[in-house]
Amino acid sequence: MNTPRSHSKTLFEKIFDRHVIVTRESGDALLFIDRQLIHDLHYRAFEELQATGRTIRYPDQLFATPDHSVPTTAKKLTDIPQGEMRDTVAGLQGAAERIGFTHFDMTDPRHGIVHVIGPEQGITLPGLTLVCGDSHTSTHGALGCLSFGIGSTEVKHVLATQTLWQRKPRNMRITVDGTLGPGLSAKDIILAIIRHIGAAGGTGYAIEYAGSAIRQLSIEGRMTISNMTIEAGARFGIIAPDDKTLEYVYGRPHAPTGEKWEEAMAYWRTLPSDDTAVFAKEININAAAIEPTVTWGNSPQFCVGISDVIPDPASETDLATRANMESALTYMDLLPGTPINKIEIDRVFIGSCTNSRIEDLRQAAEVFKGRCVVVPTLVVPGSGLVKSEAEREGLDRIFIDAGAQWREPGCSMCVAINGDVLLPGQRCASTSNRNFQGRQGMGSRTHLVSPAMAAAAAVTGRFTDSRQLSR
Amino acid sequence: MEAFKTVKGVVLPIDRSNIDTDAIIPKQYLKSVARSGFGANLFDEWRYLDHGEPGQEHSNRPINPNFVLNEKRYTGAEVLLARSNFGCGSSREHAVWALRDYGVKVIIASSFADIFFNNCFKNGLLPLVLPEDVIDVLFDSIKDEPGYMLEVDLESQNIITPDGTQHSFDIERFRKYCLVNGFDDIDLTLQHKKDISEFEASHKQRMPWLFEDIS
Ligand code: SF4
Repeated sequence: MNTPRSHSKTLFEKIFDRHVIVTRESGDALLFIDRQLIHDLHYRAFEELQATGRTIRYPDQLFATPDHSVPTTAKKLTDIPQGEMRDTVAGLQGAAERIGFTHFDMTDPRHGIVHVIGPEQGITLPGLTLVCGDSHTSTHGALGCLSFGIGSTEVKHVLATQTLWQRKPRNMRITVDGTLGPGLSAKDIILAIIRHIGAAGGTGYAIEYAGSAIRQLSIEGRMTISNMTIEAGARFGIIAPDDKTLEYVYGRPHAPTGEKWEEAMAYWRTLPSDDTAVFAKEININAAAIEPTVTWGNSPQFCVGISDVIPDPASETDLATRANMESALTYMDLLPGTPINKIEIDRVFIGSCTNSRIEDLRQAAEVFKGRCVVVPTLVVPGSGLVKSEAEREGLDRIFIDAGAQWREPGCSMCVAINGDVLLPGQRCASTSNRNFQGRQGMGSRTHLVSPAMAAAAAVTGRFTDSRQLSR
Repeated sequence: MEAFKTVKGVVLPIDRSNIDTDAIIPKQYLKSVARSGFGANLFDEWRYLDHGEPGQEHSNRPINPNFVLNEKRYTGAEVLLARSNFGCGSSREHAVWALRDYGVKVIIASSFADIFFNNCFKNGLLPLVLPEDVIDVLFDSIKDEPGYMLEVDLESQNIITPDGTQHSFDIERFRKYCLVNGFDDIDLTLQHKKDISEFEASHKQRMPWLFEDIS
């Protein structure tokens, strides 16, 4: 065994240490924050700060877009009905105009979900620290940066100081080796991981994903993995930058060019964890054993393979987990022993920062091609650029011909505050990231799946192994 | 921020793990312009039988008699007791505001979600981690004793049960200092203004590509 050298570091530690300004006796470090993303629900932060006489330290490192409250039928601000949703979107726009930070408004072709457009615009780069007042900020870690979700008070703290106090978390490495079966995707991997470590398994840790199955994923697939890291309790889900990462970043609007690119690249190459770096916890997952996965409860950890049945709480020995399972089954109106592929659904949602990028849409379109939906189905691209690319490839025609609705970009039915909402009791196959009670509307029942599985459910009206529908 | 004082209050037991922030305050309230008054919407979907909307009058909404918060004996609770992974899910600080506005000053659980845990300290709410066996005992004791109160002494880092039993808890020193004094984070950070400026200057040298837009 190699003895760890004292200076060997993990990918996470390398980036963290480079951003430490000062450290308190208690161990908390004041971190420099390179970039902040802002979405509509935080528009009041600006007024609140200014009301206390403070200024925004680095408007140039601030990037904003409205996503949570935008109706997916609206193309511009005035399409939104008068009321809170419109006030929220207008509030962010007003702040951007007043303060002068970059704002991709609804009419901007680059507009979209904050976690989709950050990487798309090259705002997200390897090696930086990036925050957003949104728990799924973990998404950006797929490019090898330190990105994490924060609360409103911390949003203001970063606006005013460009820094944040952080306690260095422990490091966990999740190695996914083996080859993922055909027809499976990153979503199935991350659901399998959460099932394995539990919804709180990553609490207090920064997770690094490694292994051949992760390397084989595209950058978009890696973002799906990092995105749902927060559903395993960890704020950070980071993946070492490699050639794919550099290729992805190269040429994006905010990415460096020329000499600066060379300089940046040289630094990024030094980022991967040292061979002798020590992780407080190591988890190994075999990708070959993963099946298309479906959640059945109100926590993403409650999931099984498509060929499985609803588990029986009676066989769970941990009493608190058993109680959780029981209440989930009542809420979800499911019985133990029911085969997953016998569960009928009422609605399908394809979208969200987990699965709304072009590859996700391609995977769904592959299943939709030449078939018709049998339940109302909503397809919402993650950004204006994803939308136009999908239209260029003719995917929109496939969705529309199948009877699905093709909408404007936004969070939509992932959080259901923009008017796209399930009715009480409705069961939805959703590519989003949370299946909590009421997440998609009061009394809504959410099952999380991959884009291909959502499409398969849409055309069959129940959970169906998407591999059976592949050509 | 209001300074944290010793709390002696009724304990509201919610015997669940993974209580998520969507449950603590449903998303329709995130659009609300107000930053206060969320107490009436704490656990909205569990607490009421109808669907709530911001700005609605709450006094005449149908109450869910099966939700523990609605039991008379827990009126005015200042301490909330739950199980593991409390506050998981969305980063919404509204969850903390709703708890505070309702009157909760301390939450006791066997573990907390990281973002929620941080948000608590920014708003004078004390999240306390106790071992699972102690939590079991507390749940049991409350069941048998209407009006069960706990005293939470932050200074000595102890909780004291009605029969005088003490359970000590850990809290990071600086967080305790801020809670006890009700300090604002931004002011404290700006004490390091010079360090920040110096760091910025050298950071720009080391990672110039991050500042392409800044001349
Ligand atoms: S798509 Fe869903 S999870 Fe992602 S930022 Fe929007 S609301 Fe949050």
